[in-house]
Amino acid sequence: MGRVAFVGVTKRFDDVVAVDHLDLEIADQEFLVLLGPSGCGKSTALRMLAGLEDVSEGSIEIGFRGDMNNVEAKDRDLAMVFQSYALYPHMTVRRNIEFPLKSRHVPKAERDELVADAAQSLGLEALLDRKPAQLSGGQRQRVALARAIVRRPTAFLMDEPLSNLDAKLRVQTRAELIELQQRLSATFIYVTHDQVEAMTMGDRIAIMNEGRLQQVGPPQEVYDRPANVFVARFIGSPPMNTVAGEVVGDSIMVAGTAFPLPGPLAAAVRAAGCAAVVLGVRPEHLEIGADGPLPATVVVVESLGHERHVICRLDDGQMVIVRIQSDEAVPAAESTVRLSADPGQLHVFDAATELRIDA
Amino acid sequence: MISRQRRAREMSLAYFLLLPSLAIFALFVFYPFFKNFYLGLFRTPPFPGLPKTYVGFDQYSEVLSSSEFLNSLKTTIAFAIMTVPTGIVLGLGLAVLAHRQLRGVGIYRTIFSSTVATSVAVASVIFGTLFNPVVGLLPWLGIDPRPPILDNPDLALPAVAIVTIWQTLGLTFILMSSGLQTIPEDLYEAARVDGATPTRRFWQVTLPLLSPTIFFAVVVGSIFAFQTFGQIDLLTQGGPLKRTNVLTYFIVTSLRQQNNDGKAAVLAVALFSITLVLTLIQVRVLERRVHYA
Repeated sequence: MGRVAFVGVTKRFDDVVAVDHLDLEIADQEFLVLLGPSGCGKSTALRMLAGLEDVSEGSIEIGFRGDMNNVEAKDRDLAMVFQSYALYPHMTVRRNIEFPLKSRHVPKAERDELVADAAQSLGLEALLDRKPAQLSGGQRQRVALARAIVRRPTAFLMDEPLSNLDAKLRVQTRAELIELQQRLSATFIYVTHDQVEAMTMGDRIAIMNEGRLQQVGPPQEVYDRPANVFVARFIGSPPMNTVAGEVVGDSIMVAGTAFPLPGPLAAAVRAAGCAAVVLGVRPEHLEIGADGPLPATVVVVESLGHERHVICRLDDGQMVIVRIQSDEAVPAAESTVRLSADPGQLHVFDAATELRIDA
Repeated sequence: MISRQRRAREMSLAYFLLLPSLAIFALFVFYPFFKNFYLGLFRTPPFPGLPKTYVGFDQYSEVLSSSEFLNSLKTTIAFAIMTVPTGIVLGLGLAVLAHRQLRGVGIYRTIFSSTVATSVAVASVIFGTLFNPVVGLLPWLGIDPRPPILDNPDLALPAVAIVTIWQTLGLTFILMSSGLQTIPEDLYEAARVDGATPTRRFWQVTLPLLSPTIFFAVVVGSIFAFQTFGQIDLLTQGGPLKRTNVLTYFIVTSLRQQNNDGKAAVLAVALFSITLVLTLIQVRVLERRVHYA
């Protein structure tokens, strides 16, 4: 069974707390993405799970075996794909894929069969007698994957496996990985700093920052209801606009303009009793129109082909991004526009705690 | 046209800049080298003052087929076989032990590499004392070392080999340590997750990836072994019964004691040829293995 759990896991490197009381359970056959900026502790968490780092506090559970803290990496029954792929340079592709089987004394006939299966499912049959130096980046990545899937471990760990691929190959491999995970019906724990990977691949995303778990949930839920300002700004491209605002009655004042809140949200904000808030609104929920309440100056317009990002400065100097379709009229730089926001799509965060205030 | 002129200008500048080093090489390497080869073509008279006689390659074939030379060559090869593999196994063992992130491991690294800072003379004196039949290690342990180790025809060469292994251990350790550092840590991590035991990691990851370094150490160590002189001169002077009469020592005694510069020149050319072959093997094989990482 492929269940994996972190129970109050903390990792300290001297004075630095890399992972701070991480509680996270990953279900059998789940594709969980650990997402966060570099240095957030996601890789350390994965390495503790693999047994490559010791746990300072708490425990790690793999399958239905209990506390794994004293179990060596080689005995944890996991497979891992490294960012660098970590292929053995002196071995052929075949011997690389075979290595985990040989380590576990799988008989030769069975080994040959498993290697052939893994190579076939990743399209590596023609490359089996080559050495890693003779392969392209994408092929090496496949060999690393093949070396992982040649066994049926409790869970597969992936540490930024796509970050060394070029953009086009990354998109393609992303889809293949999802397909692979479904075909294997296996538990995947996938570390990335790329929120697009996280959104597209994960059954659930666990977002970390500064060693702490910020939010866990299905991608759409995390996108629609970010738990705090960090998650709001981290998920989404371009990121969510977050501007400082003041609660005045049932509205929020931003740069001198009042944004009325829908009834339930207004009640929640009132109940929370905070005066200063952070108002969040995604770029696709802002609109440029003649009758918008919020005046702003266009700074620059970025065209992505299928859409445009209009970067605007509010009267108090705060910057916001508006996403418009490519067939909409393009405002001139330095021109003044008027913005309106969909009231149903406003996110309100307590400015002091940065936590979400929910209706 | 322009490019040819420019090329000519650049080439002449290049030669001009190379001139100082070429001059030094010519004076201290090329001239002595050819002069030495030339000396080998002349027979040295039995008494000083008599004229040298030109004998062509006769002296080369004579000296190189003499039993004296063949015995010396055998001794030198035996010495290399005694020192090089043992030195590498020990150096590699220490390097693997010290290649860990442990508190205080730096102290061990310093100790293990310290013999680099010890001269051959110091090493010889230390071991000369240890091998001493009266005040040495064996009498202290209560073992009767007679005949004394360095006077024992069967033990003298192994004894000098021990001194040499000890003295070169620091260098081998440093070589092996730096070789270990070039092996990416994530390969070991991958091997750990892949279920490999420490022994399997050593044989399957460390040793193959260290093979270029080991090969380098074998060749350089062999060249050093073929050029060993100091410890022989200080401990055994080629004896007993010429059992430690390695090539370099043979060359020096031919010149110093027999004043036979023709014979010494021939021996020097022989030693040069052996070293040259070892160097060529080294260059060839290493070239083929460069694309490793």
